[in-house]
Amino acid sequence: MSRPGVLFALLGIAGLFLPLVHLRPNRIVPGEGITLTAGFATGPLIAVGLAAILIAGCLGRWSPGLRTAAALLGLVGVISSLGLAAGHLLPKGNGLARVAPASGFWLLLAAFAFMLADGLTRLRPSVAASWLILAGVLVLAAALLGSGMLAQVSVMREYATRRGPFLAETQTHLALAFGSLGLALAVGLPLGVAIYLTARARGPVLTVLNIVQTIPSLALFGIMIPLLGWIATLPGADRLGVSGIGSFPALIALFLYALLPVVSNTLSGLQGVPLPVREAALGLGMTRGQLLAQVLIPLALPSLLAAVRIVLVQNIGLAVIAGLIGGGGFGTFVFQGLNQTAMDLVLLGALPTIALALLAGIVMDLLLGMSRGAQA
Amino acid sequence: MIELRHLTRVYAGVPVVDDVSLNVPEGEITALVGTSGSGKTTLLRMINRLVEPTTGQVLIGGQDVAGQPVHLLRRRIGYVIQGVGLFPHHSVARNIATVPRLLGWPSAQIGARVDELLQLFQLDPATFRNRMPHQLSGGQAQRVGVARALAARPDLLLLDEPFGALDAIGRARAQADLRGVQRQLGTTMILVTHDINEAVQLGDRIAVMDHGRILQHDRPERILTDPATPFVQALIGPGERAFHLLSLSAVLGMTQPGQAQGPAIPREASLRDALAECLWSGRDALPVEGGGIVTLAALRAHARQAPE
Repeated sequence: MSRPGVLFALLGIAGLFLPLVHLRPNRIVPGEGITLTAGFATGPLIAVGLAAILIAGCLGRWSPGLRTAAALLGLVGVISSLGLAAGHLLPKGNGLARVAPASGFWLLLAAFAFMLADGLTRLRPSVAASWLILAGVLVLAAALLGSGMLAQVSVMREYATRRGPFLAETQTHLALAFGSLGLALAVGLPLGVAIYLTARARGPVLTVLNIVQTIPSLALFGIMIPLLGWIATLPGADRLGVSGIGSFPALIALFLYALLPVVSNTLSGLQGVPLPVREAALGLGMTRGQLLAQVLIPLALPSLLAAVRIVLVQNIGLAVIAGLIGGGGFGTFVFQGLNQTAMDLVLLGALPTIALALLAGIVMDLLLGMSRGAQA
Repeated sequence: MIELRHLTRVYAGVPVVDDVSLNVPEGEITALVGTSGSGKTTLLRMINRLVEPTTGQVLIGGQDVAGQPVHLLRRRIGYVIQGVGLFPHHSVARNIATVPRLLGWPSAQIGARVDELLQLFQLDPATFRNRMPHQLSGGQAQRVGVARALAARPDLLLLDEPFGALDAIGRARAQADLRGVQRQLGTTMILVTHDINEAVQLGDRIAVMDHGRILQHDRPERILTDPATPFVQALIGPGERAFHLLSLSAVLGMTQPGQAQGPAIPREASLRDALAECLWSGRDALPVEGGGIVTLAALRAHARQAPE
């Protein structure tokens, strides 16, 4: 008996009885829920297949590989059901009606995603195999999206009418997340090294960064609008892109939130280098620069990569808030959707954000594993 | 010749090393022995300027070390510490090559030197060259640490409790290795230890330190037979004195003509070993390999030897 398997089965089977999709006359009004079995002709068949996988997953003796493969099959089944239901339920020629994913879909998706995560954890693939699995899942996701199978689903309909803006906002979102990370590394790494070398500065610097970290993001934007707005009036500031609203304050806010993890991980990574190693390096005649470049920073690298992981995942999520002050990114769709009570539009912003954060986390974990493996 | 002139180091108003002057002859091992907090490590670290003296001078070959760029000075002085401090992200070869690389040796020369040192410390180059530090035993890591310190052929090697982390068997082996390497290379060594046994085993000279001062600096037999102060006497341990003294001489110098029963003892064994063998096998005399005997009476006489 696999206890997690039972949990996933309960979750998934509840999902089978709840509506898979909502059919709505237009994108704003609520609609009627339709379960997988009632959704389309082969619906009952797929439902039975999914239930079979979930129930079989309760048994403990499956090999991790089989469990992983079954979970992937389940995920593909759930997602294609959504597409099939949308295609079947939408009245022909009606451009206003929407088929949106509902609670049953999300529960089924969660059940198989958990099952997949559980299988992968037990499988313990090597780093090389993990990269291959990740590439495989990405190809599969691209194939599902590219096949047009999901084209009639509400979120994809929103996407279809906003293809251009979506690509532009994707770029902005990535620029915000990676740009703030780059800035935080450019400032945080030297700052971390500096407070490692001068113990007296350590307390004050970390205290200030801790306080910055506790300011709620909305409040931080609130503070920055007048502050940066005033700076923007100084001669030459506008040419540098300084402004009270837009992507500049968003970038600064994300940068400020990223500083604490970068600085504190740099410090703890450097502090983790054993004292005899430092002493030996100095005693053998390394200069301070050589000590840093050849010994301290290479040994602190896993801790630095951990900081990059924290910051990247955190800022991909936080960048959504930039949408509030006209900073662009996926948040634009989220807040537009909220204003129009159009949940499909909210999802168009939220789903890529989640996918991106998940992907960044996994890629960074793999890099982290490689850096630890290199010096273990 | 390494000359320490009136070295003092004060921390927070307290002198840790207090006006120490010491001449260290070339080509010998000088053991700095004392309890913890006696200032011996601080004294050692002032030689390669890991600690800067409050007042006083260190002269190596007549040159004041204070006048030289500190990293260049340290590249000419080997340094071995208790924790060994191998770089965990570098292979054994890269660790040993640290100072030659800093000095910009050609890579072929570095490779040859690494292999030469591995062989000197009885580590097969083909096996150990590419190992990582975490794959080494404590004793192997310690030998790599000494090899790393000797890589650029320094004239002076500083050792701070180099065998502190090893078990008794590993320590005896490492001490013998160090002695052998020193005899072979003729490197001047200054060894800090809290273990009087180790000081007697390895030191050509011993300097006993307490409260930042050198109480006595002399040959081991003189320290043992004529301790300068009650502290030195206490450090040696009255119960151990006779055995320390016997351990300093080899059987070779005590052989006399005659015949004895039982298995023979090697000529290079110490008198202490000979005494132990006499007691253990209940014999009054032991045959010595290559002829002659050593007698219990002679050992007894030697151990009671009064200072000349």
